[in-house]
Amino acid sequence: MQYQSQAVAKPYFIAAIGLFVGQILFGLIMGLQYVMGDFLFPEIPFNVARMVHTNLLIVWLLFGFMGAAYYMIPEESESELFSPKLALLTFWVFLVAGALTIVGYLMVPYATLAKLTFNDLWPTMGREFLEQPLVTKVGIVLVALSMLFNLTMTVLKGRKTSISIVLLMGLWGLAVFFLFSFYNPSNLVLDKYFWWWTVHLWVEGVWELILGSLLAFVLIKVTGVDREIIEKWLYMIIAMVLITGIIGMGHHYYWIGTPEYWQWFGSVFSALEPIPFFMMTVFAFNMVNRRRREHPNKAATLWALGTGVMAFLGAGVWGFLHTLAPVNFYTHGTQITAAHGHMAFYGAYAMVVMTIISYAMPMMRGRAANSEKAQILEMWSFWLMTIAMVFITLFLTAAGILQVWLQRVSTTPLGFMAAQDQTVLFYWLREISGVIFLIGLVLYIISFFVKGETKEAA
Amino acid sequence: MSQAFTKSMARNIFFGGSTFFFLLLVALTFDTMQVLPKRDHRENITPAVERGKMVWEQNNCIGCHTLLGEGAYYAPELGNVYARRGGGEFIKAWIKSRPAEGTPGNRRQMPQFNLTDQELDDMVAFLKWTGEINTAKWPPNIEG
Repeated sequence: MQYQSQAVAKPYFIAAIGLFVGQILFGLIMGLQYVMGDFLFPEIPFNVARMVHTNLLIVWLLFGFMGAAYYMIPEESESELFSPKLALLTFWVFLVAGALTIVGYLMVPYATLAKLTFNDLWPTMGREFLEQPLVTKVGIVLVALSMLFNLTMTVLKGRKTSISIVLLMGLWGLAVFFLFSFYNPSNLVLDKYFWWWTVHLWVEGVWELILGSLLAFVLIKVTGVDREIIEKWLYMIIAMVLITGIIGMGHHYYWIGTPEYWQWFGSVFSALEPIPFFMMTVFAFNMVNRRRREHPNKAATLWALGTGVMAFLGAGVWGFLHTLAPVNFYTHGTQITAAHGHMAFYGAYAMVVMTIISYAMPMMRGRAANSEKAQILEMWSFWLMTIAMVFITLFLTAAGILQVWLQRVSTTPLGFMAAQDQTVLFYWLREISGVIFLIGLVLYIISFFVKGETKEAA
Repeated sequence: MSQAFTKSMARNIFFGGSTFFFLLLVALTFDTMQVLPKRDHRENITPAVERGKMVWEQNNCIGCHTLLGEGAYYAPELGNVYARRGGGEFIKAWIKSRPAEGTPGNRRQMPQFNLTDQELDDMVAFLKWTGEINTAKWPPNIEG
């Protein structure tokens, strides 16, 4: 660690991992509710568990992105952070607001929470992923603005690298497109249309800028390849992200009341969305093969390579699988979507956050890399979580294909629940894979506490 | 990538490409907004439909169900439930009759939301209007 203020990233990373554990536990609850419908009912109904599962995911990834930014920007700018105190204050505000929101979800019925937070005055709640009460949404905006002010000021007074500019653009975009979550017209079609301006333009747009810059930063550090080459790749990758991904939003506009021409725009452009992910894979492997140093942190390198591969598989391949309109006509809103969502979020975003944590945490603890013993355990956790996620995805895909066939393709279509009853086996297998994932996550956490011989950070 | 292709060229492709396609998105959105009234039949959005959407949102229905294919995949699609169940009476009776402590056996559970008669009527109005949106013939059949 070259600058003292980079250390503010540490609480962000710790909170991210803690919330990640919560996310997985609620995922296991939901997985069990798929096969044992009355599990934890009426204490934690499925809709509550799902809201906690997805909201924790979003919040822990945001913690990860913020921690990454606070770690990277001073080093890239060659300057201390504008205000480490503000960054720490922002951390506590975000953690308390996030925790209170989750407690609210779990303690009172959602309708009561809506009433308590005056949702009637400005209704924004009850839409997928944007379930947070208005006050939490406002809090997210304030936290984001505080972070953006802090980081932008740091970049302005220091060196301006492409990596920090791309990261800042990603984070500014994140804040700007979140503003669409405050727009909730009573016309459902308009509501859905602009809901995607937050959701799609986040995960298939500006978040990929953040992903690219994190990956580029770690690759520079662990491979020692010339910055010019890495940043050229970065710009090409994010160029392809936005060239394909902005109009690729059309793949969400097939069946929600929007005009049919979106089937053409959406199919053509979103079919190209795997390209930037494929470039990321080639990029990561290329840079590692051309490395000019042997960095002692093998685990971070593994996470970086894994991010490339799994993002391509999960976001690229599994996205392409159901993105063409004639296919999506049958698969829209089935377990196929769930399969894609799981591997894409894990492969692209969860893994890139673990990449930067793997690189930065040892640095913040005063060493270039963890001991070999700790790294071996971390690499075990990498393989367990990653392979478990591959199987979760495969089983959900199998369930989805069966569901589509029984309910939508067959000449004697079954009703929803009748079709679900035929897919129970795959839901059990998914749940078992989920348990393996949890074991991987536990090993991941233990790896932080494994001692052993380490070298001082340069 | 070869030496002739420089970082600043890559950066220009990024800025030029993303600006162009964002402007195209804005243009397509503008056009969509012109066409939508004919497809969403907004003239039929009564105060009851508006209130029904609020009931839908404030009980987090999307946490289990899909609506026009978006949401959770734990419970049936409801965009066409009005047609599937032949009107609103079944929908109201179903919501009202969920036992607070759950139905016996291993079945997936729907909570008892304690909706008033007014809220139930509003919900039905919302689902009826939703069912009349032109969704390009989706879903493939009545089962959703």
